[in-house]
Amino acid sequence: MARIGVFICHCGENISATVDCSKVAQVAATFPGVVHSVDYKYMCSDPGQTLVGNAIKEHNLTGVVVSACSPRMHEPTFRRACAEAGLNPYQCEMANLREHCSWVHERNEKTDDKAIDLVRMLVEKVKRNNALQPIKVPVTKTALVIGGGVAGIQAALDIANAGHKVIMVEREPSIGGHMSQLSETFPTLDCSQCILTPRMVEVAQNPNIKLYTYAEIESVEGFVGNFAVKIRKKAKSIDESKCNGCGLCTTKCPNKKNPNEFELGMAKRPAIYVPFPQAVPNIPVIDKTQCTYYKTGKCKICEKVCQANAIQFDQQDEIIEVLVGAIAICTGFDIKKTDFFPEYGYGKHKDIIDGLQFERLASASGPTNGEIRRPSDGQVPKKIVFVACAGSRDPAKGIEYCSKICCMYTAKHAILYKHKVHDGTAYIFYMDIRAAGKNYDEFTRRAIEEDDAKYIRGRVSKIYERDGKLIVVGADTLMGAQTVEIEADMVVVATAGVANQGAEKLAQILHVSYDQHKFFSEAHPKLKPVETNTAGIYLAGACQSPKDIPESVAAASGVAGKISCLFSNSELTREPLIAVVDRLAPPLYSSCTGCFMCQSVCPYNAIEREEIKDRNGNLVKQLAFINPGLCQGCGTCVAVCKSKSIDIEGYTNSQMYSEVDALLNF
Amino acid sequence: MSEFEPKIVAFVCNWCTYAGADLTGTSRIKYSSNVRIVRFPCTGRIDYMLLTKAFAGGADGIIVSGCHPNDCHYTSGNFYARRRWMVFRRLCDFMGIDTRRIVFSWVSAAEGAKWAQIVNSANEEFKKLGPYENYHKLSTQEIFE
Repeated sequence: MARIGVFICHCGENISATVDCSKVAQVAATFPGVVHSVDYKYMCSDPGQTLVGNAIKEHNLTGVVVSACSPRMHEPTFRRACAEAGLNPYQCEMANLREHCSWVHERNEKTDDKAIDLVRMLVEKVKRNNALQPIKVPVTKTALVIGGGVAGIQAALDIANAGHKVIMVEREPSIGGHMSQLSETFPTLDCSQCILTPRMVEVAQNPNIKLYTYAEIESVEGFVGNFAVKIRKKAKSIDESKCNGCGLCTTKCPNKKNPNEFELGMAKRPAIYVPFPQAVPNIPVIDKTQCTYYKTGKCKICEKVCQANAIQFDQQDEIIEVLVGAIAICTGFDIKKTDFFPEYGYGKHKDIIDGLQFERLASASGPTNGEIRRPSDGQVPKKIVFVACAGSRDPAKGIEYCSKICCMYTAKHAILYKHKVHDGTAYIFYMDIRAAGKNYDEFTRRAIEEDDAKYIRGRVSKIYERDGKLIVVGADTLMGAQTVEIEADMVVVATAGVANQGAEKLAQILHVSYDQHKFFSEAHPKLKPVETNTAGIYLAGACQSPKDIPESVAAASGVAGKISCLFSNSELTREPLIAVVDRLAPPLYSSCTGCFMCQSVCPYNAIEREEIKDRNGNLVKQLAFINPGLCQGCGTCVAVCKSKSIDIEGYTNSQMYSEVDALLNF
Repeated sequence: MSEFEPKIVAFVCNWCTYAGADLTGTSRIKYSSNVRIVRFPCTGRIDYMLLTKAFAGGADGIIVSGCHPNDCHYTSGNFYARRRWMVFRRLCDFMGIDTRRIVFSWVSAAEGAKWAQIVNSANEEFKKLGPYENYHKLSTQEIFE
């Protein structure tokens, strides 16, 4: 006999301001099977949970319906409260009277009717809930860090120093990410590579970290604690065990005219190359699309000069299979190139560059050895214009969000420019100056007061060339001027930060959510900024949204904390809401006919063939069998089963039909 | 004359549309209160007999909503739901079930505003179509007579 307890929460005023909670509780008391029905101000509070516990004991409840906020919020809270009071936690359900009712409707009788309907549906469902026990699975204490930028490096080091193994996968030939391309970092003007490269070396030398560079994630299967990952280690054409990093091959390679990706096209590199001198690992790679030998079969000079016999032209991509317990996504971001702006010349002007290109010019190891020179003719620009907010905060360009870091790096660029070109003038067209971090506003003030940066509040509508100068046409709203023209020698456009290439594909491989801008989605924007909706997969850094270095590092340490927490258990409990094939007595054994439609639709290969044999070992029947360690509980097999032999705990046919029934027929 | 308010049942998946509807609530975007949401782990779980059960119970309109293609939390559940819908829609046409009364959509967890818009536009459509009394004229009694 069902004995259901109903608890209607006011949630302060959040529900009670729109829904008549005491009326709902009174009507719920009349539902068949309900023996206890009350309303209370804050069900999730300690006294609220005690209310549930006491009612379970006093009234011998067999099921509980807490009608409050979304189950995505507090289902674990109330399940725990029920477990503590002696009721199986899976016999507790929640009706969503807040996000789906009081917060989206007006206060009237229709809304009360809806609240009553929702409660009645869940009462009927919970009557058919089975008592379930959680499933225990082992945890593999190895973490996978995808991405070797500053966030990935921080996460890897923190997890390794906690005593766990880390596998880091980076798709470029070296780790370091965009931070290794920067000249100096705001607000301290620390030399970027000076603070990063020691960390990069630490990653390479840490005995707990296995580093795969020039590698990508091919596939991920499994679930938290037990992810089976395939890594594609692309062929570098170099035997890493033999190469000693002498670099002779890169100096002797005759094929030297290839655009250098690290220098963002402002310099050239050979076909066999190390991306930058401080690369970790310091092993070159051969770009097969450019190398003369791969294209024509002739050359092989690198092989001839290599003293260590490390060149291996027949090297193939390698698929490496690893088992990990948690995954940290630290794949970073990219910025729009100047060709995104028709009004700024479609990227055709060599002297209109983006922020990262300016970093390379300012960098002492860059294409101009740290001198600010025009890419077109090598002259030092005396008048430089910085355009902030290019593409960002612009619905017309499809990028409504703020890219966060540009105000700060534009001020930094103006400061660096002035330090290098004492008689130059820097103009900055801005919309707002967003300098909200620690010491950030002081930094932008410094650009204005000490380094004479001329801030003009207005946007730039057009940049074109005239007589060898770049004419920048913008507005100066604070002076009330519709157009202001500046004859500039060079323009730096602070382009919008966007999701990295391949982010969407990686998200689909990992089954994590992403938004319309292809940034990865966090589980909760306020309270779970480093987790995703997929258990065991975490996010750190700019892959989630544009952010600066301190925030990326903080997020990475947060992820490392989460992963260490996960690894502090030797086994994990999994939700038992998985599919089950029914079993009957012989000779039927099951209503399952062995058609295995379920096996063909299961995304996790969780369905196996079970052979039923008779006493003599003859095969009687083949049945479907669900592996409880692999099943994730999607229920697709349940819907395709023709004989209705599979059911899924928590969403059984009986439960769902009775829920719909309760809604409409009462 | 009081305006006809359709009874709408929404079958949604937990990871995308249910979360998206939660976001609608958190954002306090108002929509029609004629809809009642039934939660599933995945749209792949939705047995379309449930839809006929809903119509038989007196629903005037149904919304089925899940994760966008390629974004299913369980990889492929929504693809099977879509295929099932393609076949089911033909079956409904054959049997005479009014397919204008079933709305199939993709709403992600970030699309709170879209959920409200889908409910409101479905509500408008179902209002125009009126109450679904004809469903009971399709019942088994007719066949046995």
